[in-house]
Parts: sequence; structure tokens; C-alpha cells
Amino acid sequence: MVRIYALYTPCMFHDQQGGIILKWLKVHPDKCVGCGTCMETCSSTWFKENNPALSRIRMTEKGEDDYDLNACNQCGTCIDMCPVGALSRDGNGIVRMNEKKCVGCLMCVGFCPTNSFFYHAARRPEPFKCIACGLCVKKCPVEALEIVTE
Amino acid sequence: MSKEMKLIAEWTYKPSDVVRGYTNQTLFVNVGSRKFAAKPVSEEMKLKFTGGRGFDLKLLWDAVNENTRWNDPENEIVISGGPLCGTTQYPGAGKFYAAFISPLTDQTYDSNSGGHFAPLLKLAGFDALELQGKAEKDVIVFIDGDAGKIQILESPFDDVNAYTITEALHEAFSDGSNDDKRFVSVISAGKAAEKSLWGCLNSSFWDIRRKVARLKQAGRGGGGTILRDKKIAAVVVRSHKLSGDINKAVDVQVLQDRGNKLHREIHDLDAQQCRMRTVGTPHLNEIMNEYHLLPTHNYKFGQHPDIDKIHSNVYEGLFTQGIPDGCWYGCSLACAKAVDNYTIQTGPCKGKVVTVDGPEYETVASLGSNVGVFNPQWTIEANFYADHYGVDTISLGTGFAFVCECYERGYITKEHTGGLDLNFGRADDLMELIHRMAVGKDEFALAVGQGIRKMKRIFADRYGAPYEEMEKFGMEGQGIEVSEYVPKESIAQWGGYFLTLKGPQHDEAWLIFMDRVNKQLPTFEDKAEALHYFPNFRTWFSLVGLCKLPWNDIEPADNATAHRPQDAAKVPEHVQNYVDIFNAVTGRNISKEELVLMSERVYNFQRVFNLRMGKGTRKDHNIPLRALGPVYPDEWLAREEYYDNELKSVGVEPAGLSVEEKIARLQEARLTQWEQLKDAVYKRRGWDRNGIPTVRKLKELGMDFPEVVSVVEKHARPEDQWKD
Repeated sequence: MVRIYALYTPCMFHDQQGGIILKWLKVHPDKCVGCGTCMETCSSTWFKENNPALSRIRMTEKGEDDYDLNACNQCGTCIDMCPVGALSRDGNGIVRMNEKKCVGCLMCVGFCPTNSFFYHAARRPEPFKCIACGLCVKKCPVEALEIVTE
Repeated sequence: MSKEMKLIAEWTYKPSDVVRGYTNQTLFVNVGSRKFAAKPVSEEMKLKFTGGRGFDLKLLWDAVNENTRWNDPENEIVISGGPLCGTTQYPGAGKFYAAFISPLTDQTYDSNSGGHFAPLLKLAGFDALELQGKAEKDVIVFIDGDAGKIQILESPFDDVNAYTITEALHEAFSDGSNDDKRFVSVISAGKAAEKSLWGCLNSSFWDIRRKVARLKQAGRGGGGTILRDKKIAAVVVRSHKLSGDINKAVDVQVLQDRGNKLHREIHDLDAQQCRMRTVGTPHLNEIMNEYHLLPTHNYKFGQHPDIDKIHSNVYEGLFTQGIPDGCWYGCSLACAKAVDNYTIQTGPCKGKVVTVDGPEYETVASLGSNVGVFNPQWTIEANFYADHYGVDTISLGTGFAFVCECYERGYITKEHTGGLDLNFGRADDLMELIHRMAVGKDEFALAVGQGIRKMKRIFADRYGAPYEEMEKFGMEGQGIEVSEYVPKESIAQWGGYFLTLKGPQHDEAWLIFMDRVNKQLPTFEDKAEALHYFPNFRTWFSLVGLCKLPWNDIEPADNATAHRPQDAAKVPEHVQNYVDIFNAVTGRNISKEELVLMSERVYNFQRVFNLRMGKGTRKDHNIPLRALGPVYPDEWLAREEYYDNELKSVGVEPAGLSVEEKIARLQEARLTQWEQLKDAVYKRRGWDRNGIPTVRKLKELGMDFPEVVSVVEKHARPEDQWKD
């Protein structure tokens, strides 16, 4: 008898035609000018507060005119880390969190392969991440961000 | 379930909210008189006893008297998590600690378990639970944190064995859905706990991946035996108040930062360090074997040629991988491994396909190498039945190893054992003995379940076995069986096992590598310092509701290079984490020195408690000769050169001596060292020569309660006081 224990297995998510749907925010740090508009847009949208610590995308300055961009690529590693099953994929393949279920353990944060899961206790104990809403893409002045569907 | 649960008694209460780690009240339930009460927790109780095992012992002290024995109705099982218990951000924060007067040792015992019981108990509004009295017939105690009521229900179960009862109660007290079952936790024992003194407390959590109830154990000391003596079939707690800030901490950000940092360490380093996430504690199997520490054939040997059959890689293949196997939320060390789809081969569950929790290292050794069985399938089956029947796997394995040696030496025969061949390695007959113990089939099975200390007497009286010889190799201290490390390699570990509060259990100090391999404890004073610090530091976990494993089964990458070796063994960065998270939850401002002081208060209180129960003096710190060194020639000859050198190191030239003479001379030297160690340790701990805490020490600790001081004054003798 074989039982599948994982709540999600990466290659099992298909659309109705059998193709894998994966929608994600692709970053192009080489184009980034460090204006921070993406973080402002994100935190203002989702937390109603312009605060980089609340942004689900992170821009960091590596050196002079050299920036890094980090946002969730929807790989799904966190889904199998979650002890309460609070993380799952939606119909677009985006990893979503059920905040009512989440117990704030941050194993998803600690085990994120790209360090793209964030937390900020001053607002709430549950962590947060990019859900590929695309608002930052629209606001980015230099096209350093794009929504990709594969 | 064969029938519905009939309500016997009910009591309603107002669930108290958690504030800074405490609910500030404890729950008292007497299943005999059907009395209930909520007792307030004072600020002094928090300052002096902290929580967890400290609260347990305080409440137990108030409940019993000096004549109380384990099966008296006033004896209690007290269960408490502690102020950090339930924290989700930091790995290993779901433990409860149970305390009781033990049927094996007739003094206090504290035993801990993972699972979801303690966090849910806290969410139901209580810092601790006292279970007292004896019911007339089997009952279920139900703590409904959602509705604010406690019920005593008539047990509907014909089969009280743990897996049966636990799965049924998760179903009965949830809406039946997979997700809802995780808001319930069950404490149970099993049939063997009724017939043996080795009864364990099983504590459950619902595994949403596997869709089964998982069982963790407060295995040691006979708590399950007391549960069944009280005719409690199960204790159930339910609460849906789970959140990301269970303890209503003062500073959640600190919890998040420290927790996330540890998650990262585990993510980056576990695969190179202990492989807890893939194999759990069985990563120790081959390491212990390499250093002659894997107990084999009743601790005669520390190595075995069949080690590859029980290598951690074999267990890695047996454990299902890729599941968040924490026994509480947020434990990314995830050592709660399980074997899935195991088909039971024997006994009443034969043919059933089950999930078996573990085996952990201790069980691999106890129900494995120590009884001469190197077959993981057998160990898994024995582990399943031990949990199901409610027996501690460590005492069971060490006890069986003693039986095997008695059989091998001809002290007992098939005539006595009911036809069983109990030589080492006789897997089928040993499994049959487990089944016989569960139902108390015959006088031999019942005798085995009494534990080694009583077995020695029974075998001598009933079968004419030589008591003095059995004293040499019966591996018990204070009445409790030794856990699974060969102690004869290290003087400091004699203390780690046998100069303990409750007997040879590995939760006080594990100093073999520091002492023997790394030679960091050269003098008796060095050993005594370690036997002061580590037992006290590790006691702290039991006060606050934490698991010890994320302390040093994962270490920061620079731990070994950033500190002196003696300090590196303390894992300073993780100690600081503990200081930080304690302060972040409670709002207090302790230092790492005060952390140890908190433990010392409870450690010394427990020592005096044991004195009050007629134990707790120097003579009660017994040690079998097998723990000090070889007892018989086959042990010596297995490592002849090594032991000859050991003899030389104590100034005896082995040339010209027979093996028997060598054994006698080494025993003589080591018994002298043992007494020297006792003196050094007692002195360092602030105890007198007789092992009794001095009044001065109690005053220093602020534990000079009149009733505590009066116990010390009653027993302390002037001639036992140190001169300087």
C-alpha cells in the first residue's frame, strides 16, 4: 500500500488540459534602480502602511547602483514544511496562506530556499510572502518586475 | 467504542486567558471524590518554582505526606508545561512534565513527553493539572477548554490499550474531520500498565499528513501504572484557541528572531550534524557503537559485530521522509520519526497495518542490542506493543536484558519462565513475554513487570537465584532501570546516571564525551562542577516546558571554534537564546546565571522532597558494579588491553594476575573513586556528606520554607557536615 503524505507534490499540479500552471513574480535586478516603489506599493496595499519591513518583495542595495530583488517564486517548499496545513496552492499555482490556520511557527520562513518569506511581529505573528498580485509590476518605472505564467 | 460515554460528574469554570506564559491557575480533579477546583498561582509560586516540573512538585508536596505510597489515593499525577510551553516560534516548546510518587522508586519522579497535551491544557486555561483519587470503574477525564467544563465520563472501552483508545477519543471529541482532530490531545496508558510497574503515559498529537494519532511517551518512572491504578482510562483536553501568540508574550519579535535563526541553523547544518530531520535520535546507533557505549547483552559490551543491521541508514529507510515530524508546532528539528504501513506480526493486533512512533535511539538499544536482537523489524514491533500496552521501552528493554543474563547464567530456567527460552537474542520468546506481561499471564510475567530491583528479590526468594550476583549486574539505581548508555567508560557519567534525583535516566547529564573522549574533566572537582552545572541547566527545560534536543543536537556553525571546549559543550549561543525567549515571553529580565539558579531551587526542593519520602540520602545513591566496570571475565577479555591499561592507570600492575583478580582490583579502585566522586559532587551542590541539602544552601536559594527546613533538620546529622 502506498500512501502519499505530502499535502502537495510539485509536479502534481495541473490545469484542466494537463499543463502545469505556475504564476509567479519574476525579478530582474539588473534593471532595478533602487527607487523602492515596489516595496511602497506592496506594503501600502497589503498592510495599509508604507513600510519596507512589511513588503512582500524586498529590494536591497548591494553596492553602488547595484540592487537585489527578492520575491517568492512559488516553489512550494513551504507547503510541506507547514505543520498545520495552512499553506496550499490556488488555481493559479500561487502558494497562499490561510491566516486563520497559521500558528506563526515560521518554519516556512526558516526553510524558504530563497529567503522570500517574511515576518514582522509588530503587525501580526503570521508571516507573509508575495502572492504574485502584480501591483508592483505595474508601478515599477524600469520594468524590473514581471508576472510570468508557465 | 462499544458504547456511549455516560456522564458521571461535571464542573464548569471560566477559562483563564494566558498572560505572559501563565494562565495563573491550576486544575485539581479528584476522580474518587469527584471534586474539582481551580487553584490560583501566586507570584511567589512563579518566582520559586517557575512552572512545569516545579509546579508539579509544589502541588505534589502539598497533596501527599511522608507515608504516601504510589497506590495511595492521595498520590497524584501532576502535569504541567511551563511558561514557554506552547510557544510556536522556537523549536521544541510543546513538552509537558509529569510528576508523581513512583511505584518503582517510592519517591518523586518526573517524566516528560511531547505531544499536544500541555499546550492545549494551557489554552484550556490551566498551568497545571492535578489528578488525584481513585475511581470505582474506568473513567475518562475530559477538559473542554472551548466550553469551560470538566467532565468525568464512564469509559466505554473494553480495550484500554493506547492506540485503540487514542484514535477513538480524537474522533469522539472532534467533529470527525482530519483538521479538527488536531485540537484534541489524549493521555493514556494500556493493559500492561495495570500489570506492571513500568507503565508509561502516552500523550498524543493528531498527524494531519498521516491522518493518525501519534503517541509520544512520558515513559519513565511508572506514571502509566498510577493512571491505571486510579482507573483513569484516558485524559482528554480540547481547545480551538490556537494562534501565533499562544503565550501572549511581551515581545513576539524576539521569539520570531531567535526561532527563525534556529530554523536556519537546522536548515543549513542538520544534515552535516545529527541528521535529526531524517533519522531522529537513531543517528546515535553507530556512534555509540564506535565508542563502546551501545549497551549490548545487558551492558556487558559496548560494541557488536552486527551493528550494520541497526545502522542509522537502515532506520532512515524505514522512516517516512519529508513530513514535518515535530511533536509540537514549530519544531523544525522534527525528530518524531515514524514507520508507516507496518504490518503487525504477532499478538492481538496481528495483521493490522499501523504507523509506529519511533523507534528512538533508546528503544533501538533497549529493545535491540541490549537484549541481543539486531533486527529493526522486531524492535519496531516491540516498540509498537510497548506503547500500545503502555509500558516504558527503556525499563522494558533493560529489564529484559537483566532477565536474559539471569537465564544465561542459569539462575532461571524454562521451568520458571513458563517455557520461554530467554537467552539473549531469542526474539520470538522475548516478544511473547511482552504479550504475557500485558495480560499478566503467569507469575513470571508479573514478576518481570515489577522491575529489576524487585525481580532480584523475587528471583532469589522464588527460584533460589544468588542475590549478591544479581546485585552486580542488575542495572538499576534507586529502583529505576538504567537508560541506554554504557556507563563504565566514564567516572563523570557514573554521576550523570547515579548521583541523580530520580535514578539513572539520561536527562540530567551526559558527560561521557567530555570526560572520557575529550578529557575535559580531569579532576574530581572538574567532574563535580559539570555534575552541578549540567543537571541544573537541563532541569531548566523541565521548568519552562522545553525539549532539550534543540539545545545541543544542533549547534551554531562556529560553536566549536568560538569557545573553549568546556564552554562549547554548553552551546553558549543557544543558552543565550533561552535567556532571551524566557524574557520575551514573561517580561522578566533573567541572566544565564539566574537561569541555573531557577533550576537549583527546584532541584534542591526535589532532593528534600525525596528525603521527606524516606529516601534522598547517600545510601540511596546506589550503583551496580557493572556500571563501574567489568564484572565477569568475558567482559574483560573482550577488551583485555584496554582494561589492563585501566588497571595500570589506578596503579595496579596487571602482569601475573588472573582475570578474576584483575576484575576485583579494578572494582576496588573504582569503588573508591565512586565515593570520592560522591563527596566532590555533594560538596559542590551544597549538600552535606550524606547527600542532604544544607539549610544554608536552602536559604541561599530562597527555598527555606519552614516545612522544607524542618525535613532537613529532622534528618541532618552533625557528623555529616563539612568541616571547612
